[in-house]
Amino acid sequence: MPEARKLKYDEAHVRTLTVEDLDALEIGAGILGTGGGGNPYQGKLLALEAMKAGYEMNVLATDQIAPDALCMSIGGIGAPVVGVERLREGREGLRCLRAMEDLIRAPIDAMVCEEIGGANAINPLVTAALGGLPMLDCDGMGRAFPEMQMTTFSIYGHSSTPSVMCDLHGNVVIFNHAVSEVWHERMARACVVAQGGGAMLATAPMLAHFVHRYGIPKSYTKAIAIGEAVIKARKAQEDPIAAVCALEGGRRIFNGKITDLKRHLRGGFAVGDLELAGFDDCIGQVAGVAIQNEFLIFRRNGKVEVTVPDLIVLLDVDTGYPITTEMLRYGQRVAVLAIPCHDLLRSAQALEVVGPKAFGYPEITFTPLPSAVRQAA
Amino acid sequence: MKRIGIDVGGTNTDAVLIDGDTILSSIKVPTTQDVMSGVKAALAHVSGRIGPSDRPIDAVMIGTTHFTNAVVERARLERVAAIRVALPSGSSLPPMCDWPEDLRAAVDPLIFMVHGGHEYDGSPLVPMIPDEIREAAMKIRDAGITSIAISATFSPLTTECEVTAAEIVRSIIPDARITLSHTLGRIGLLERENVALLNAALQSLGKTTVQAFSDALREASISAPFFLTQNDGTVALADVAASNPVHSFASGPTNSMRGAAFLTGLSDAMVVDVGGTTSDIGCLVGGFPREANNIVHVGGVRTLFRMPDLLPIALGGGTIIDTETGKIGLRSVGHRILSEARVFGGSTLTTSDVAVAAGLIKMGDRDRVRDLDPAFVEACLARIRDMVTNSFDQMKTSAEDVPLIAVGGGAFLIPDRIAGASEVLRVENAGVANALGAAMAQVSGEVDQVFSGVSRDEALTTAEAGAQNAAVASGAGRESLKTVEVEDIPVAYLPGGARRVRVRVIGDIAFN
Repeated sequence: MPEARKLKYDEAHVRTLTVEDLDALEIGAGILGTGGGGNPYQGKLLALEAMKAGYEMNVLATDQIAPDALCMSIGGIGAPVVGVERLREGREGLRCLRAMEDLIRAPIDAMVCEEIGGANAINPLVTAALGGLPMLDCDGMGRAFPEMQMTTFSIYGHSSTPSVMCDLHGNVVIFNHAVSEVWHERMARACVVAQGGGAMLATAPMLAHFVHRYGIPKSYTKAIAIGEAVIKARKAQEDPIAAVCALEGGRRIFNGKITDLKRHLRGGFAVGDLELAGFDDCIGQVAGVAIQNEFLIFRRNGKVEVTVPDLIVLLDVDTGYPITTEMLRYGQRVAVLAIPCHDLLRSAQALEVVGPKAFGYPEITFTPLPSAVRQAA
Repeated sequence: MKRIGIDVGGTNTDAVLIDGDTILSSIKVPTTQDVMSGVKAALAHVSGRIGPSDRPIDAVMIGTTHFTNAVVERARLERVAAIRVALPSGSSLPPMCDWPEDLRAAVDPLIFMVHGGHEYDGSPLVPMIPDEIREAAMKIRDAGITSIAISATFSPLTTECEVTAAEIVRSIIPDARITLSHTLGRIGLLERENVALLNAALQSLGKTTVQAFSDALREASISAPFFLTQNDGTVALADVAASNPVHSFASGPTNSMRGAAFLTGLSDAMVVDVGGTTSDIGCLVGGFPREANNIVHVGGVRTLFRMPDLLPIALGGGTIIDTETGKIGLRSVGHRILSEARVFGGSTLTTSDVAVAAGLIKMGDRDRVRDLDPAFVEACLARIRDMVTNSFDQMKTSAEDVPLIAVGGGAFLIPDRIAGASEVLRVENAGVANALGAAMAQVSGEVDQVFSGVSRDEALTTAEAGAQNAAVASGAGRESLKTVEVEDIPVAYLPGGARRVRVRVIGDIAFN
């Protein structure tokens, strides 16, 4: 059994989330999902139920915890269609947490998020609340990516095994060691099929100083602020898209109507090509967006302008709400936002894993958007 | 064939009497507070045209907003019980966890979650425990609740758990009225369960409403069978429809679209129905409204079931225009237009006032809008055109030009030329398009189910037979049935050759 928990942080530094924060987080996480990441709605419901039952969701800055604190990340894995029908039991994440503590014979001190974009922004938050742990204010992507090895933690040397996978029945599966992240992903996928198509996966704990150094900072604060900006702008009947840009150092690069959408399957992923015809200041221009779960490449009049890992976000022109790749349809009027990704995703090491080449575009070189700081200067 | 079509809307109750394709009589009366006296007045008018020696009425079709209004107003709902057969899954998200508080309070539910349900491949999630259901049923009986919604994981794939649970409940509560989620909704447990619960909460209202219509018909000496119009633009025998009130939620917009199809003779077109407060744009495919394939909110509840794909626009005849900026909406004077709009002596500038100033329609006193700057009027009309064009464009499924039919009291707001529209059609009798749409309706049956472990042919045959039986139960003649839609989608990310099959058949009403 793990030894008694000693707090490795000062409780005065936590931010306790409110119901309004969760509503904002749902929208913000959706926007940072860059078209993918899964729907955060069910996660939000679970969080609200936990809140009603008296659990607190506490967010803590990564520099406010002892450097030797043990931090664990957790995320949902499986087919989305199963997720909407076979609802989670609710404590899968908590069982992962306890199983991991048993496995490593040490208490976990804080939870970490792998992917702030989409459903996995809220999953670890619920586990943190049920387990009485703080949620560190950072994540491993700053957006959404389709595969497990695409986190900054993994890119900068963290090995995700030993890992623990729990289903709704109470089954606990431990992956003691995987020779590579790709092997880990392959075995986890096989296991999730046996578990009925949905489970929670907790990866090997990290030390807080590593998380502080290699996590994308302030993910929760940012996602909540983005959601708040959209809600506030909508209430005041102002432009929610401008509000998002102002916060994230992004630019509204295109206003267009969807004129064509081609979808196909490639290597098990939902791949597609989107065509947009410009309106307003973009009249006469055409744009294309390449999709693989998320929006990857933006072209204007055939010329590449923005590429992964920078964020390409499609928002409903009127509401400012995010448009996911499943929602796309002919005639939709969208604003395209380009948001610079964090520098941690721009190193040569990172681009090997999350650059255009990693998604099957070897001919495209990543040209970074001017980052927010440089833009201000 | 002689039919009466009645559409009970929020503002007006319309009725028509048709013989074949000929309109013999029509009337529009204000919807009364008690609803039924308006219906009786409309019925008396149209049936008064039938002499004692004339051939009697063959059928009466009624479209009503009774059920939607009850949900929106949180009134006339009954207490329900929910039984979900899915544990251990979903134990943290009990039924109704995402309902608005006031609506939940109005149905004051008793909620039970029990073990059972299935996996995506049709294997049991965990075994059902009959004693758990018996225990729940006894508590429901003791609380005096008789309307019950039962849901189970993957029930659209395997109905077994819901059916067995219903049998157990009925053995303890013999007069139970039970809604099984798989009969109404699709994959997506929370949304399907929500539909079943709304349906359960409307059982008594369904019964009393149908009874009241039946009484009104008897008073008008009409003995023909009567039908309620459904979300998909068809009708179902009133007694069948009474047990599925949720299928009547969108009957207003669908009836107006069907009426537009009849009045123009077009079966593939877009329809804009302009009301006082908002407009709806929908799409006719083969004479029926295109179905929504996404979540539709009803009274603040997320649902996923057979509903028409409609795009609301915040534009109606009573929409308020800012006199400073010329900005349109989002507020409307609604039914107070006859007192508040400028042309009717009021002081609020509305879209109708601008239309009168521009000469698009004659109503009220045009002198009261003479002071409007023609450039201001022009700018407002341009904004209206933009609103309509954008929404129209969003509802189209391809870049090709398609016709647009404008119906409803505010149809004069729709410009004659719209980018992307091959033409803009206006029709006579547009005011009673809804009642006409009701009168013209046929009967349908649908099966939307995931099949697993059977061949494609077998799945299609089973689904088609199921759809045909459903149509006959709703009042269709079996020999007239035609299969109008067959959709067959392999469920790619799951092993086992699972496929979702949707079959819809349509037929004429059977007369004995």
